[in-house]
Amino acid sequence: MSLLHVLGFGLKVGHLLWVLCCWVVSSISKNWLVFGGEMTKAGFVGDGGKMSLNWLEKVLENVYKIRHGHSNQQAGSKRFRTTWWRKLLFTWVIGWVIFSLWILWYMSSQAAEKRRETLGSMCDERARMLQDQFNVSMNHVQAMSILISTFHHDKEPSAIDQRTFARYTERTAFERPLTSFVAYAVRVLHSDREEFEKAQGWKIKRMDTLEKTPVPKDDSELEGLEPSPVQEEYAPVIFAQDTISHVVSLDMLSGKEDRKNVLRARASGKGVLTAPFRLIKTNSLGVILTFAVYNKDLPPNATPEERIEATDGYLGGVFHIESLVEKLLQQLASKQTIVVNVYDTTNCSHPISMYGSDVSEDSLEHVSTLNFGDPFRKHEMRCRFKQKAPLPWLAITTSFGILVIALLVGHIFQATVNRIAKVEDDCHKMTELKKRAEAADEAKSQFLATVSHEIRTPMNGVLGMLQMLMDTDLDETQQDYVRTAQESGKALVSLINEVLDQAKIESGKIEIEAVQFDVRAILDDVLSLFSGKSQENGVELAVFISEHVPEILIGDPGRFRQIITNLMGNSIKFTEKGHILVTVRLVDEVMNSTDAEKESATGSTLSGFPVPDRWLSWAKFRIFSHEGPASPVPTSFSNPINLIISVEDTGIGIPPEAQSRVFTPFMQVRPSISRTHGGTGIGLSISKCLVGLMNGEIGFVSIPQLGSTFTFTAVFGDGCPISKECKSQQVKGRGDSGTSEFHGMKALVVDSRSVRADVSKYHIQRLGIHVEVFADLNQCLHAIQSGNARTDIVLLEWEIWDKNSGLSAIFLNKLRDMKPRVSPRLFLLSNSISSSRISAATSDATGPFVIMKPLRASMLAASLQRVMGVGNRISCSNGESPSLSLRSLLRGRKILIVDDNKVNLRVAEGALKKYGADVVCTDSGEKAIALLKALHDFDACFMDIQMPGMDGFEATRRIRQMEQTLSEDFLLGESTSEPRENISNFRLPILAMTADVIHATHEECTKYGMDGYVSKPFEAEQLFREVSRCFQSSSNHNL
Amino acid sequence: MDVGLVQMQRRLADYANALFKEGILDSQYLQLQELQDESNPDFVVEVVSLFFTDSEKLLNDLSRDLAQPNVDFKRVDAHVHQLKGSSSSIGAERVKNACIVFRNFCQEKNIPGCLRCLQQIKQEFLLVKSKLETLFKLEQQVVAAGGSIPTVQQPSL
Repeated sequence: MSLLHVLGFGLKVGHLLWVLCCWVVSSISKNWLVFGGEMTKAGFVGDGGKMSLNWLEKVLENVYKIRHGHSNQQAGSKRFRTTWWRKLLFTWVIGWVIFSLWILWYMSSQAAEKRRETLGSMCDERARMLQDQFNVSMNHVQAMSILISTFHHDKEPSAIDQRTFARYTERTAFERPLTSFVAYAVRVLHSDREEFEKAQGWKIKRMDTLEKTPVPKDDSELEGLEPSPVQEEYAPVIFAQDTISHVVSLDMLSGKEDRKNVLRARASGKGVLTAPFRLIKTNSLGVILTFAVYNKDLPPNATPEERIEATDGYLGGVFHIESLVEKLLQQLASKQTIVVNVYDTTNCSHPISMYGSDVSEDSLEHVSTLNFGDPFRKHEMRCRFKQKAPLPWLAITTSFGILVIALLVGHIFQATVNRIAKVEDDCHKMTELKKRAEAADEAKSQFLATVSHEIRTPMNGVLGMLQMLMDTDLDETQQDYVRTAQESGKALVSLINEVLDQAKIESGKIEIEAVQFDVRAILDDVLSLFSGKSQENGVELAVFISEHVPEILIGDPGRFRQIITNLMGNSIKFTEKGHILVTVRLVDEVMNSTDAEKESATGSTLSGFPVPDRWLSWAKFRIFSHEGPASPVPTSFSNPINLIISVEDTGIGIPPEAQSRVFTPFMQVRPSISRTHGGTGIGLSISKCLVGLMNGEIGFVSIPQLGSTFTFTAVFGDGCPISKECKSQQVKGRGDSGTSEFHGMKALVVDSRSVRADVSKYHIQRLGIHVEVFADLNQCLHAIQSGNARTDIVLLEWEIWDKNSGLSAIFLNKLRDMKPRVSPRLFLLSNSISSSRISAATSDATGPFVIMKPLRASMLAASLQRVMGVGNRISCSNGESPSLSLRSLLRGRKILIVDDNKVNLRVAEGALKKYGADVVCTDSGEKAIALLKALHDFDACFMDIQMPGMDGFEATRRIRQMEQTLSEDFLLGESTSEPRENISNFRLPILAMTADVIHATHEECTKYGMDGYVSKPFEAEQLFREVSRCFQSSSNHNL
Repeated sequence: MDVGLVQMQRRLADYANALFKEGILDSQYLQLQELQDESNPDFVVEVVSLFFTDSEKLLNDLSRDLAQPNVDFKRVDAHVHQLKGSSSSIGAERVKNACIVFRNFCQEKNIPGCLRCLQQIKQEFLLVKSKLETLFKLEQQVVAAGGSIPTVQQPSL
């Protein structure tokens, strides 16, 4: 029971400690994790070594307080931390060892205490029983004394004589099992001696002469029965049990001990004991009990004198202490376990053993006092356990268990700390590695940017020189060489630009503009860019833009163009036959199209070559997933237009194993690709980034040997949210580009392929011509002949024309037969150069005329104009070289150059003068402001950004301020000022000149009111671009 | 044609090519030459001598600034920036590169590094100066002999 209890207690304590440890470990480690283990040693100096709870609290406080992130301190703190943990662990172990020792001590002392208590209670029990037994025997003796008093002294003559007494005592011996024998001595005064002796018939004898007397302490053995000497009084024994009848006539007062006893007994009126002595017959220890017999009843508070006076005689009995104790112990259980000793301790220094032997091994002893009714005599019972106390196994196991638990906890603690330290170390390492990786990445981007920039500068020199060289007088071969060199150089520059773009994207420096642009014009541009190549290859190139797509969009035309160019460039590169089709639609349009349309769309293709299902290319787009349309893409545009653009080709396709890394930079399908087709493999990666910046997605589907379709979405703003306004602009725009003259005409397109017919229709409709589509010639002819409406133009696919030359001839004749005024002009839409040869042979004034694909609005218009003779020739300046354009652009312009560096100033001056500009130089921002203060006549200003004193940004800001006030003045006081012919003077185009092209951004320049930036030294193309933009916008102002 | 003149022209061309090859000049110098025409016959010489005087002044300023007990790095940096700008404008490539290194030291506020760089810039400057002066002398000789200066010299890469 108690064992279980203790065990339970131990477990509870263990559990409690466990929980405590866990909490401490977790909280500490948490703190350390939270604060990144940033501790300094300072907080602990002076506290070291003291491992108290106080200290721990202090430490934790310090942990909270001290949060310095110095890395050099981290190492120190880490070292400190490990030592700290070691100390804590050490203390922990020591503490628990001490605790378990204490438990051991405590529990064993508890056990000992318990043992002592057990012993004590057993001992006391025995003592009490012994005492009781003794008292019972004593009472019997006392009863006998009363008997004697009653029947001997109060009767006259005495009712008791020796014989009666002997018999009586013999027969009542069972009542006094412990009393071996009793005797009675009568008090005889000296005056009565003779009379007494006479009556008894014997002399009173001295006791110490008696041999073999049971009276103790009388070792002297005197001969004969000597009569007692004369005394004041005597106490001769008159009655005795038969066994000791020889003591009759002995004077009890003559024995030293007996006399003492007798005197004490009669004075106290109680039973009196002698010291224990050895009984002769039984050789066992015994004591003599003496009672006084009085002749009258005495009050309990009678004085000793009264008692002595009343004394009649003395009754004595011998007790067997040993047998008494023996009997007693036999009555009790567990007598084997303890050893009992009884001592007479009247003389403290020499206790007399009355019972028992010192055989016990155990030192534990319990002492109980015995009261046998004699106040003079003192007795003790001393008890011991027979066996030594067993080892306190319970205590040992408990403390050992606790120690084991504590050590385990310590081990876990240590393991946790080690683990934490390891994880922290790893974390630090990881952070370090991450930093390094990031730094390396940064360095790579920087390197790319720098190197690209450094290459670009000399390349521009090369290109410029080549340009110059082309302007000189060269023969055919030389021209060719130079052109090739220039082409290569341009390719290199564009490659470098790509790399720069990549670097810019990686460093997050790329920006997306938001300006108005015409998506159709851009696609026409791109188309014309690739038209030469596609014609060479015999690949049909086509663009189709849905009529739902607004005319003017807001976005970044350059980047949009870049994406399209990238995708188309790839397609052109890998397509040797078939077609490349670019379609631009609204996302909503595509989403709402039915499955039937989908089927028809996949059924026939532009060139008849099979293509992969383009629907698969955008299958994974977020916008098409179910939640896509519900949650519109976050965009800055108030009226977002979601475009989906597909570039479909019938090229070699992408092998499935390479499809996963198509958008990874510098990754090509095979290394050999770059040898056969060139390119760096970053185009698609850049495109993906750009698409992402336009809030779009890009995807593709590709089947080897069948073709690929790349599709991307992009979000633009609607350039003309009110459609009517847009329409009017459209009309106006057409008027400008000289296409309005076709308005109201009617055209028939004969094409068996609906997709191709759609493309043709789209382009022709752009010119304002009404279009009808027929699948074959007969239908068309029928329509022309029966139709009421006049047909102006018939466009015929070369394929149809070529397929059935007989029918074609009839058709042509039929057309020619019609009245010339109403006769429609016949055009053939042809893709390859070879077809033009045939057409040249067959064509005459009425046709057929050949229009080369790819179809573009401008080109179509020009062809129609040439044949139909409407409109004027529009001069096209696209073919001019930049330097020539520059010359035309800059000639006669008055330009201010601001640069603090005289050399740079002079060089810039020279460069601009070369293009025919009228140049004024100044070397500081202040002077520039002074020059621009009055109503000046400068057309533009080139401003260095980095100048001592006032820098370019500041100067620009002030100039803009001045212009502001000036224009306000002008508007207010119109009459005072002379009419100016050029309002643009109120906003002078200012271009920044900077050597640092990478960091210069358009945004930064515009922020300070600049209109753009040019690199320093000048690059002709960039200069042209920026200058033309400025002058364009200023001339627009004029209009 | 006069054999001497042809030789002279060849020497001039070789000399100029060597300048490009050694990296003393870069393509910018060619562009500079390109800017020179009939209306502006001494453009290159003019710009280059402007560069010489300007740079000498800047170098003196730099030496003085760096000798100060408390170096004003902002000032030094501005000077070096100037020098870099003008040297890149005329195509003195090695001077320009030295300037870039100088500016890095300048940002680190490393005075010994700056002084070392200044010394290097001075050397490069003197080198390009002497080379260009020789080049001009050769050109003058050619012109004096009645020949034309080959306008475009492609640096052999």
